[in-house]
Parts: sequence; structure tokens; C-alpha cells
Amino acid sequence: MSFDVGAVRRQFPILSEIIDGKPVHYLDNGASAQTPLAVLDAVRRYETTGRANVLRGVHRLAERATELYENARADVASFLGVQPMEIVFTGGCTAAINLVSHAYGQLLKRGDRILISELEHHSNIVPWQLLRQRSGVELDMLPVTTDGQIDLGALPRLLTSETKLISLAHVSNVTGALLDVRKVVEAAKSVGAKVMLDGAQRAPHGPLDLNALGVDFYVFAGHKAYGPNGIGVLWARPELLEAMPPFMGGGSMIGRVTLAETTWAPPPRRFEAGTPPIGPAIGLGAACNWMAALDWTATHDHEMGLVQRVLDGLQKIDGTQILGPASLQNRYPVVSFMLDGVHPHDVAQTLDSFGVAVRAGHHCAQPLMDRFDLDGTTRVSIAPYNDNSDIDALLTGVRHAANTLR
Amino acid sequence: MSDELYQARIVALAKSKTGAGKLAAPTKSARRDNPLCGDRVTIDVRLADGRIAEIAHQVRGCLLCQASAAALAATAVGRDAAGIAELRHDAERAVGREAGKAHAPFDAFEPVASHKSRHECVLLPFEALKDALS
Ligand SMILES: Cc1ncc(COP(=O)(O)O)c(C=O)c1O
Repeated sequence: MSFDVGAVRRQFPILSEIIDGKPVHYLDNGASAQTPLAVLDAVRRYETTGRANVLRGVHRLAERATELYENARADVASFLGVQPMEIVFTGGCTAAINLVSHAYGQLLKRGDRILISELEHHSNIVPWQLLRQRSGVELDMLPVTTDGQIDLGALPRLLTSETKLISLAHVSNVTGALLDVRKVVEAAKSVGAKVMLDGAQRAPHGPLDLNALGVDFYVFAGHKAYGPNGIGVLWARPELLEAMPPFMGGGSMIGRVTLAETTWAPPPRRFEAGTPPIGPAIGLGAACNWMAALDWTATHDHEMGLVQRVLDGLQKIDGTQILGPASLQNRYPVVSFMLDGVHPHDVAQTLDSFGVAVRAGHHCAQPLMDRFDLDGTTRVSIAPYNDNSDIDALLTGVRHAANTLR
Repeated sequence: MSDELYQARIVALAKSKTGAGKLAAPTKSARRDNPLCGDRVTIDVRLADGRIAEIAHQVRGCLLCQASAAALAATAVGRDAAGIAELRHDAERAVGREAGKAHAPFDAFEPVASHKSRHECVLLPFEALKDALS
């Protein structure tokens, strides 16, 4: 197999739109990726030929909906290299982390410690701060190196026998740095801590083998992985899911309800109270299948080739600086940069006038911005459907901003 | 392709840096943050008889916010709170939040009208100054 970017692009209708007279150079995939026809078709098929609630009806539409929903769970599981019953559908990545902070948080006690890092997205910081307020656990922070990677050299100093969980970004949504998971898992084992990875920025770049990674929890968001909004995934080791109490109560998550007492359903239903986001889950299953069908050796090479083009092009523009690894080593296709003398929002606004969509600002990572004393960065985040023309339009726009705004 | 938003007058206002810096002995100062985009403005004023005798601003933010702070510094001296409110009407008219034609220098911000997400960038210095005067 190899990689044909034209063939990939044709599967994403939005990429051939002209919007307000401008082509779509979509480089904001880290915020939300675009959606291929395969996903749109799967959702439409459910909505038009199988729409019903799941798990509750005996009529054929309900049975069909349940089957599609459970097939989606199997598709996501296969994408992650795990068993379907270990997959919990949530409302998003943030919802999945909050689920863990509540349900796993119930198993922790005052004085237990959780280790995160300075580069985490707010959704992997604030839920733990809330847990600290609720139950008196302590939070520790791994520092970040000057090139925007989590400084794992600090692990021995920060890990203690009280550390129960290490929760880190698999790939940084700001710097693109890839975590050395093996090192984290080894260190965690030495003190008996669990490891959770925030895979929001990693999952959109190909299938995973979570058992081989050796982690205990994994979360990601559907909308960043070419799927619909309103769906996210929590994977956890079955013994952890089994040990955790429910987070939310309601329908579908019960064994038996009496007014005196309720018993819990087994996982994953224990954690899926109420009617789940059925259409979005089905769409995410299709997105996982769509990703799994790509040749990721070639796709990754394509994405990283575009990263190289960004790095090379920016280097030729006076006063640009990368926040993140300077080479292709240990990184994924998310590139943050600063343009000396021009605010990131002005860079992004100028790029918009060239039809280039990027994100600018603090990227929900204010502690990281504080670490580097930055107002923000301009972030380019790449997906398989991006091509050289997207990067060239980006570089033209950055040059224009450099020439006119300072 | 030229960008319609960053027209020469806005860029020139920002680059003028009129009033950029701090006052040695401010009567009052106030800081305002925009939590959405992280822009941050600090305004110092020296007051004499309830009117602005001197004004300075520190902007950590985008070009629009810098340009607006410079325009405000260029027009604020000699005004009291009511006089500043008049200038604010000008800024609001320029971005299309109020009916009517804005006067110079705030009419420079007319291109911002169609960029709703950037209106606050123009208005943030006014918010900080309002706090400093209250
Ligand atoms: C690394 C990381 N974690 C978590 C999230 C939160 O995802 P969501 O807002 O979809 O819940 C994001 C999204 O920006 C992210 O980039």
C-alpha cells in the first residue's frame, strides 16, 4: 500500500468547497478534524434506516440500533487493540477524563498523589484540581523542557509511593511532542501507579496497541479523529472498570433498582447512564475503520513530510520561533510557532484571509504559556488530507503577516 | 491577496504606540483581561480636577487592541468619564455595535465590524479605562 493524498482528499467534501471566495486550507485539525464520506454515510444510514434507542426495545429498529452501536464499540476496540467490553462511550475526551476523575477518584483517599505535567490541556488539569478539592488528593507537576517535551528526567524526584495515577498527554496539543510512554510506564510500575494517556492528539494519527503500550487508561475525542461531535472514548483495563463505581446514575447503568438500593450493571454499561450519543458513536466506529484502512507507515511519512515543509518554510521567515521539538524526532504533526512582533491572533486572522485555518492563542494550556511567558502561539495541525498547497498557502500568509504587521 | 482587516490606518495606529508605557505617578490604574483570547490591558491615568491629565497603557495583546489603546491615548487627555464615554460610542459605532458614523481616529476600526470575534479586542482598552476612572 502507499499514500495517495488526492484519493484521500476526495473523501472529504468540505476540502473542495470555496468559502467566501477562498479555498479551504484546513490546518486546524487539532481543534476539530474534518469528516470523510464514510462517516457521514454511516451516520445517515443509522438516522434514516435504523434510528431508535438502544438496549431498550424489542422492535426491529431498536435491535438494529443496538447492533450498530455495539458494532461501533467493537470497531473502536479493534482500532485500539483491545476488547469491546473495555470501551466506554462518553460525550467527549473531556467527559472521559472527568469520568475517570470521579469514578477512579472514588478509589483514592486523602494524601494519595496524582502526577500530571505542565503541558497538559486544561481538561487534564482541572478535573484533578476538582478532585483535589473534593477528596484531598495531592497534585504534582512534571516540568517541561525548553523544546516543549515533558521532562521525564524529573520522574524519580516526583514519583512517591503515594502516587496512584500518572495522567499525561500522549501527544501535546501545543508542541506536538510525543511522550516516551515506555519510560513513564516503567517508572509507574516501580511505585505501583496507574498510567492514563490523553490521546486526543494521537488517536487521529493511526491505530494503537494499548496493551503493548502498557497503560491503564486511554481517552480520546471523536471529533478530532474524523468522527462526529459529542462522542468520546474511555478505555480502561477491565479490572479497573470492574473496581470503579459509577460516575453518573440513570437508565442503562443499573443491575436492579429498588427505592432502597440499586446494584450496578457491569462495565461498560455501568458508565453509560442514560441514552448514549448513538449516531455519533456509530460515526466514530466508521471513522476508526476509515483510519484503520490507511497505510499508516506511508500516511505518517506524508504527514511528517508536511511538518518538515512547515519547519523549513518558517525557518526562512525572519523572527519565527518554534515551540516544540525542532526536528521530526519525537513529534507528531502539530507545530506551534511565534512570529516576533506579531500577535498570534493577528497571524491567524491574516492566514484566514488566505483561506488558511489555524488556531491561535493559549490552546487551553495556560500553564504551558506561563512556563514560556507567552501570550499564545499560532498552531498548525496536520491531517492525512493536507497537502503541499495547504502548507504553501500557510507560508505565504505568514510571510504576508511578517511584512505588513510589524 | 491582501487582508481587509489590517488596513494601513489600524497598523499605523498600533505602530505609533501613542501612550505606550507606564506613568511615574498615576492617580489610578486598572487592568482588564479578556479570558477568551488572553489579551491584557493595563491603563494608568493621572487626573486633575476629575479630568485626564496624562494617560499610559501597557497592552499584552493583538494589534487591534494595541491600535485601540493608542487611539484612546491620543484622544483621552482633557476628558472626564463622560467625555470618555463619548469616545466609546465612536468605537462602538466603528465596529457596528451602534448606529451612526464614527469619528476619527476610531473610524479606522470600521473594517473590524465584520469580524465579530475581534470586537472585544477594540473595546478592551475602554473597559480598563472605565475601571480606572470609577
Ligand atoms: C490534548 C487534548 N486533550 C483534551 C482535549 C479536549 O477534547 P474535547 O474538548 O473534545 O473534550 C483536547 C482538545 O482540544 C486536546 O487537544
